[in-house]
Amino acid sequence: METLKQMFKSNIREYGMVIALVSIVLFFEIVSKGVLLQPLNVTNLIQQNSYILILAIGMLLVIVAFQIDLSVGSIAAFVGAVSAILMIDYHIGVVPGILISLLIGGLAGAFQGYWVSYFKIPGFIVTLAGMLIFRGLTMTALEGQSKAPFPEVFQKMSNGFIPDILSGTSIHITTLVVGIILTLVYIFFELSHRKAKLEYNFEVIPVQFLVAKLAFVGIAINWFMYLLASYKGIPNVLILLFILIVFYTFITTKTVVGRHIYALGGNEKAAKLSGVKTERIVFWVFVNMGVLSALSGLVFAARLNAATPKAGTGFELDAIAACFIGGASTAGGIGVVMGAIIGGLVMGVMNNGMSLIGVTIDMQQTIKGLVLLLAVAFDIYTKSKQT
Amino acid sequence: MEDVILEMINITKVFPGVKALNNVNLQVQKGEIHALVGENGAGKSTLMKVLSGVYPYETYTGDIRYKGKRCEFKNIKESEKLGIVIIHQELALIPYLSIEENIFLGNEQGKHGLIDWHATTMHTQKLLATVGLKELPSTLVTNIGVGKQQLVEIAKALSKEVELLILDEPTAALNEDDSDNLLELLLEFKRQGISSIIISHKLNEISRIADSITVLRDGATIETLNVRNDHITEERIIKGMVGRELTELYPKRDSAIGEIIFEVQNWTAYHHLHSSRKVIDHVNFHVKQGEVVGIAGLMGAGRTELAMSIFGRSYGQKISGQIYKNGVEVHLKNVSQAIEQGIAYVTEDRKQYGLILNNDIKRNITLANLKNIANHSVINENKEILVAEKSRQQMNIKCSSVLQNTVNLSGGNQQKVVLSKWIFTEPDVLILDEPTRGIDVGAKFEIYSIINKLAKDGKGIVLISSELPELLGMCDRIYVMSEGSITGELAGAEASQERIMQYVMSK
Repeated sequence: METLKQMFKSNIREYGMVIALVSIVLFFEIVSKGVLLQPLNVTNLIQQNSYILILAIGMLLVIVAFQIDLSVGSIAAFVGAVSAILMIDYHIGVVPGILISLLIGGLAGAFQGYWVSYFKIPGFIVTLAGMLIFRGLTMTALEGQSKAPFPEVFQKMSNGFIPDILSGTSIHITTLVVGIILTLVYIFFELSHRKAKLEYNFEVIPVQFLVAKLAFVGIAINWFMYLLASYKGIPNVLILLFILIVFYTFITTKTVVGRHIYALGGNEKAAKLSGVKTERIVFWVFVNMGVLSALSGLVFAARLNAATPKAGTGFELDAIAACFIGGASTAGGIGVVMGAIIGGLVMGVMNNGMSLIGVTIDMQQTIKGLVLLLAVAFDIYTKSKQT
Repeated sequence: MEDVILEMINITKVFPGVKALNNVNLQVQKGEIHALVGENGAGKSTLMKVLSGVYPYETYTGDIRYKGKRCEFKNIKESEKLGIVIIHQELALIPYLSIEENIFLGNEQGKHGLIDWHATTMHTQKLLATVGLKELPSTLVTNIGVGKQQLVEIAKALSKEVELLILDEPTAALNEDDSDNLLELLLEFKRQGISSIIISHKLNEISRIADSITVLRDGATIETLNVRNDHITEERIIKGMVGRELTELYPKRDSAIGEIIFEVQNWTAYHHLHSSRKVIDHVNFHVKQGEVVGIAGLMGAGRTELAMSIFGRSYGQKISGQIYKNGVEVHLKNVSQAIEQGIAYVTEDRKQYGLILNNDIKRNITLANLKNIANHSVINENKEILVAEKSRQQMNIKCSSVLQNTVNLSGGNQQKVVLSKWIFTEPDVLILDEPTRGIDVGAKFEIYSIINKLAKDGKGIVLISSELPELLGMCDRIYVMSEGSITGELAGAEASQERIMQYVMSK
């Protein structure tokens, strides 16, 4: 019991986030009389929030590096517009269209990263300029009009589902199988992680806790997959998200580059004097953000099946809020990818839940603002307790 | 000396998990200079924060009697009203305001929210004359040196009609000259009847000016020594602080000095902002294997700039000159190249330039050599913990675990983490910039022992320090720098404080 208490205490922020998300889900599940967790609604939730979550992943790296990017919504819109022109007006194929779009996003990020890292202009200013520049370019490119429709294959990226190769009738069997496979992979990783720790003679959590943890996560995965399977199965965009989350979690926690981003955000001067190439890292963090903004813009355009001049308005604020709700530090150097995702989900579930129970859009804004404020206040409070 | 101005009785202050002060007693006579000494973490600063109301009444237990009256300060304003003024270790001046604005900040001269600039300037001039600072009241604080800033702080204290002045390590960042001025000023205040409490690690200064000394150890009063009646040696004070006698401040070293391992020739660098200002002027120096070479000089002599410009051009512009490692010329264009060539630079200001404070100990230790624990740029965290554990044992880093954030460590332990980081890069040459600044006697001894061990392993050590006794105690050879050039070189045996100061002043 003592170890459990200790574990909880030292990880209060991480557990706190999960607990907050679960309680918000339960709350809206009850007040919406079970609508929130209906398979259709869960699928909608994923599809509606995917583009914000993609941005939140990139934004987390930006915030950890003690920068900010206000231009992501505008870049998303611009890339959406370019992709529409390429695919609709010039009939260029979907795959080349997507690749060129991502490249353009990367270039937009490089443009901003150059000014921030080599010209030492604060990211806030550079990306504020970028926000105006790319919004203007979007309007110009689209001549103020929406452009539609996209090729069907492209739309599938956001609206489609994985095919049921096992041809279930009332339930999507492939989805269930994927759930089981994921569970096994998860158990495998947990066990090999534990084995490595034992080889180094490090302390590991007691077996009964491990079993409880595995069971809990396993049930959660399979229950979630069951929900999806009861509707149309796993949405394509969820697979995209899953790959991104795994990839960026790996980069941030396991690699030298990831470590350098955290060091730089925690203390740029010390990092530089320890051999971290700070300018280069900041530059690439912005390039990465540009590419992810482009991806987000594509997903949004595909979901809407149109590129519109107003696309992506306010996305930057949602992405930034997701990171801070998810425990990223306003002083840089602290934050995890999964936190930003949970932060994004907290906001997504609240949006969805409040709509379900008929809270007006205007009031939703206010409540979301308060949640952001409280989350950061809680963060600062727990930190002041610890030191 | 029967006139007691301040009495603190049985003060106990508890932080979550730690008893910072345990029944501490302190008695200060009117018009005396009372020194408060103790190792880092002994509770000196905490005690002064209790006194000045930073920790308000009721967050501690015990009594404060000031001029015979019981006091319950709820904030700093209340203690200042009675003439108790504290000057913190980190100066609290606003850099882009002028001297006069800073002095009267929060205490503006004038009426109805309007500032009377004539009165402000006049008062400031008077105060500056008192503290002996020759600057215009309208000069921006950012444009004057640390020593002068310290004087501005004191002038600010005087403007509040101070009766009890508390100085928390006032000379830690000052060079010898500025320190002397400051100490003289304190003696002058004493003649005017102002009492002071001074917290300091510099024992020679304390034995020079203090009338009595209270020693704290682990949050408790150990003893109060009366300096005027009895002759108190530094050894005697140290004994009280650490609870044992340090037979020698500087551990003996028996290392074989070998070939020249690192040499710098004709090194010249210009100011990082003003491209016409030469900061380093044709500097030549070398260090041999197993040798500890000191660089002495005043603050602003260009020692840190020299080290940083060598270390991967981290400072300055238009840098020219040659660097030889084992006789071969090397080009260190950035920090990673310097690290690859086996050069390590332990920075002067560990909080600003040395540590990632919100990262844990292990991450700080491995930061400069992640390659070593990574496989194809994927970090092996288990190996990382082992590396950190090894350093922790070898360096005797006191912490709950290597997963503890460095922000919570004491100064000495932070310095050991920084040293561990650089030792982990397996350097051949270490440049140590003020490695013992602001850390206590016990930890200093440990750092010196580490330096000796590194020298014994055949590494070349360059030790930059403002404390002359440290250089004399540790170095085989000492270079003296003044205004960007090397003005002298002394072998350890022939070096003395006087001779170093001669070279310092020779330009």
